[in-house]
Parts: sequence; structure tokens; C-alpha cells
Amino acid sequence: MPKLNELTITAAHEGLKQKEFSSEELTRACLSRIAEVDGKIGAFLTVLDKEAIAQAKAVDKNIKAGLIPGPLEGIPVALKDNMLVQGVKCTASSRILENYVAAYDATVVTKLKRAGAVILGKTNNDEFAMGSSGENSAFKVTKNPHDPERVPGGSSAGSAAAVAAHETIYALGSDTGGSIRQPAALCGVVGLKPTYGSVSRYGLIAMSSGLDIIGPLTKTVEDARIVFDAIRGKDPMDATTVELRESGIMNYESGVGLKDVRIGVPKEYFIDGMDKETEARVREGIAQLKKLGAQIVEISLPYSPYALAVYYILMPAEVSANLARYDGIRYGYSELVHSPQSSVHSLLELYEKSRSEGFGDEPKRRIMIGTYVLSAGYADAYYKKAQAVRTLVKRDFDEAFLKVDCIATPTTPTPAWLIGEKMDDPLSMYLADIYTVSANIAGIPGISVPCGKAQGLPVGLQILAPQLREDVVFRVAGAYEQSRTNF
Amino acid sequence: MALTKAEVLHIAKLARLELKEEEVEKFRTQLSEILEYVGQLQKVDTAGIEPISQITGLQNVVREDLVRGCEPDVRDAMLEQFPKRRGDLLETLGVFE
Repeated sequence: MPKLNELTITAAHEGLKQKEFSSEELTRACLSRIAEVDGKIGAFLTVLDKEAIAQAKAVDKNIKAGLIPGPLEGIPVALKDNMLVQGVKCTASSRILENYVAAYDATVVTKLKRAGAVILGKTNNDEFAMGSSGENSAFKVTKNPHDPERVPGGSSAGSAAAVAAHETIYALGSDTGGSIRQPAALCGVVGLKPTYGSVSRYGLIAMSSGLDIIGPLTKTVEDARIVFDAIRGKDPMDATTVELRESGIMNYESGVGLKDVRIGVPKEYFIDGMDKETEARVREGIAQLKKLGAQIVEISLPYSPYALAVYYILMPAEVSANLARYDGIRYGYSELVHSPQSSVHSLLELYEKSRSEGFGDEPKRRIMIGTYVLSAGYADAYYKKAQAVRTLVKRDFDEAFLKVDCIATPTTPTPAWLIGEKMDDPLSMYLADIYTVSANIAGIPGISVPCGKAQGLPVGLQILAPQLREDVVFRVAGAYEQSRTNF
Repeated sequence: MALTKAEVLHIAKLARLELKEEEVEKFRTQLSEILEYVGQLQKVDTAGIEPISQITGLQNVVREDLVRGCEPDVRDAMLEQFPKRRGDLLETLGVFE
């Protein structure tokens, strides 16, 4: 029997239901693991020991009284530090929110609390979820549990590392251009980016509102399905939310294989410069899908090479608008408090000094790019152009999904790189998202599932499906995962 | 697409960011590289292509314009976040100098 903190959601739930162990024991196992390894891993910014134990005890009392626990009841979870939990610090790993305490719960947090979840704490990420390595955090650098000299990926760096290091049973992250799937791949865990709008963004610190989505990082595909089912749904507090059709939440049946499934493999996703071992693992993964009965079809997504450029116009444009709220007046870092009154003489100076002190380099870069592409004389050439190419990227997928049920690709072009390797070259860091970003541009769901190792480091296989067809993602990734564990 | 130093300073001003002298050249180089990369979109023919602004196709999601209060503890927690306050009022600098 594995240690309690190493259990999946499914196994932990079964153990709680059968009264093999208590939620308090399960929670304490995770907390001890955090105490033991997080000094080295650096996944957590805030650990809520007392609150977690109190919640676990409350669940145990109910179970003792004869209540059958729900699927997430009494099970520990870690949250990326860009989701609000009432009364708990929420920093987005930025100095500008270093002392910000959330006044209310995000919708996903409300849903998890109602489901009886035990919130262990808040995890480190690239500042305002901007980055692909976790290194852009203002507070600490999270290490990859498979090799502490390497990055865990990002931006949901701490969430991925915490799951991989068994500091939590599962975690939530957010994905704007790959920030769940990419660190999941680099840390060897499962990461789901749901359909845009299928999970409420209310209480998620906004980065790029037309692309941001919350999703789970878990140890298995089935766990990702359980968490997604608990957090999805229309929310009056987020006007962009959509309801899934019933087919979108059906469980896949295990054992039936993938006989009637057509899987597309886009030739544009196997580019020169891709790590050869990574490519080999992904190709083996696709061969395995074929063995399970799926029909493999070579497809073309001709506009997908432009998706990253579309992203680096639309996203910064939204960033520049969303981050305008950090003004040094209403909340967050303020020069009014931090410097003697005499040094700030005007509102303009207050804005400029508070923002320049509070933001790190990556938010500054993106705010400036966004400001530029939206400014008079450039908006048509950049912003409108990117929105039009977005249409072409989406059409690529629409046409492909007439021929295939889902698409299989690598999640990343390489395994985890060394800490510091890409920090002076923002553009090379951006290229780490080249395979994940088009799902955000097209609004479709995608999952990364472990498919072996390259240079001793985890590699991820990505499965993409049409909007609202998470059921296809779960079925294909689930069948693949089962065939690997039965292997 | 190489930006000039003056352009970087102008963008920073529009973005309400104050750059240190040594930051200007660093950002000038980095932003120029990023703009050069995204400039590849100019090669794409988008004549007659409708731009997308909402990816799942939602349009005009409206609600009634009602004022709803919030819980007193939520209100207090929000007031607590003011960098400077007088009672329940937010304190800041004047708009006019």
C-alpha cells in the first residue's frame, strides 16, 4: 500500500468511505510531506495547516456519523495562488499583491468547499501566471521534483510540482497559453485545460480574460475528470461561462478500447528543432493509441504555426487592460504608504512609481507590448489582424474535427530545461508554449498525460478535442493511461 | 521591427510605468524581438476574414442592472485593503495639482 499522500483521489475516496483511514490522517500525511520536502521543492507560498486539519476533522465527524463522503470530501487540494480564498493571502506571486488578503471566495473555491475539500494552501507560479518555468515568481523558484536543477514548467509551477512530489492529492491551476498542460508534462502528472468558459473565472486574478481557464492537475485522468465535474458549470458571476452538454460529462467505459475513435496527428506539430527523444516518446504514445484500436489519421493544421504570434498580441493586449487596475490607490502595493508623502507629488507619479516597484519584468514587458499593439495607428495592424488570424486557426480545428474525433500531439518540444537557462531570452521562453497555445486560441479542451521519459525527464502526450467535448479527452487519455499501467 | 528609445519611453508612459535608465535599453531590445516575431502575421492573407472576439460564440450576455449589496464581512475585508483610508473613505492624491 502506498503512503497516504501518494494516493489518487479515487483511492483516497475509497479509503475514507471504507474507514480505512481518516481525512485527518490523509491531511496530516500531506502536511508532513510538505514539511519534509517543500524546503527543497518550493511549491507552496502559503500552507494552511490549522484550517486544513479543522476541515478534515469536520469531515471525519460526518463520516463517523454515518454519512457517505462525496468524491472530493475530505481530500486535500492545493490551489494556484491566483485563486481567491476568503481571508487568505492571494499574491499571484507578485510583489504588487504581496500583502493582499482575499475578501471573498472564487467560484471554484466555493464549489470545492461545498464538496468538502480540504484546502492545504496556495502554490507558487510565474507572476500573474505569466511564464513557462515558474521562475518569474517574485518570491521563490519552484524546482522540478524529478531534477531539482530544472524548472517545473509554468505558470502553474507549484501546483504541478506539489502533485508530482506527493505534497497534495491534487491541485488546481490556470491555463492561458499552456500553463496547466506544460508544467504537467514537465513534472510527469496529468493536466487538463477545459473548454473556454466551462469553468467560472470569478475570483481568478485576471490575466487574459478571453483565454484564461481553470483546470485540475492530478495523478490520473480519472481524477482530472472527477475534479472537472466538481468545478465546471455556468456561473452568474462570469458571463462567459457555458454549460456542457450531458455527453460532455459522461464517464468513459474502461476496457472498450478506442475502436471507433479517429485520432488526427498534425504534421505541423513535429518540427525541426524538436527534441528527438521527446518526439520518439510521443510517437510511441500514438502507436499505443493505434494498438488500442484507434484509427490514426495524418492531418494538417496549416495556420497553427501562427497561433503563438496571435497569442503574443491578443494576450498582452488583454493584460495591459486587466493590469491597469493596479494603480496604487485601492489595493496592493502603494507608494502612498511605502515612501514618505513628500516623494510622490501627483497621481501620475503615484501610478508610475507604485506599478514600477510592484510589477516584475515579465508583466512590464507584456503590459508594454499590449499598450503598443492597442495604441492609435497600430491596433488594426496588430490587434485586429491577430483576431482575424485567430479565426483561421479556429477554422483549421473545425475542419480537422470533421475528419477526426480528437488530435494527438506532443505537449512540449523538449523536457524540462535548467533553471536560469531561458531567463534572459523571453522569446525562447515563449516558444515553450508552441504546442499548447493553439488550444487556448481555439477555445478547445486539451489534456497532457505522461507518456514516458526523455533524458530521464517526463514527457507529455497532448489530446485535443472539439469545444465542450471533454468526454472525448477523458476517454482517449484514460484508455491510453490504463494501457500503460497495465503494460 | 526595432523600437527606438523614444518609442519605448512613450509606451512606458502610456502604460503608466516608470523605467530606470538601465531598463530602457533592455526592454527596447526585448520588445523589438517580440514585435518582430508577432510581425509574421502580416504575411497571412486575412482579406474577408471576420475577426473573432469571443471564442465560444456568445453574444450580448446581459443581466438586469441591479445593485446588490455584499456581506458586511466582505465589505470590511475590502476596506481593509485600502492603502490609505479615513474611516470608510479611500484616501489618495488630488486629481488637480
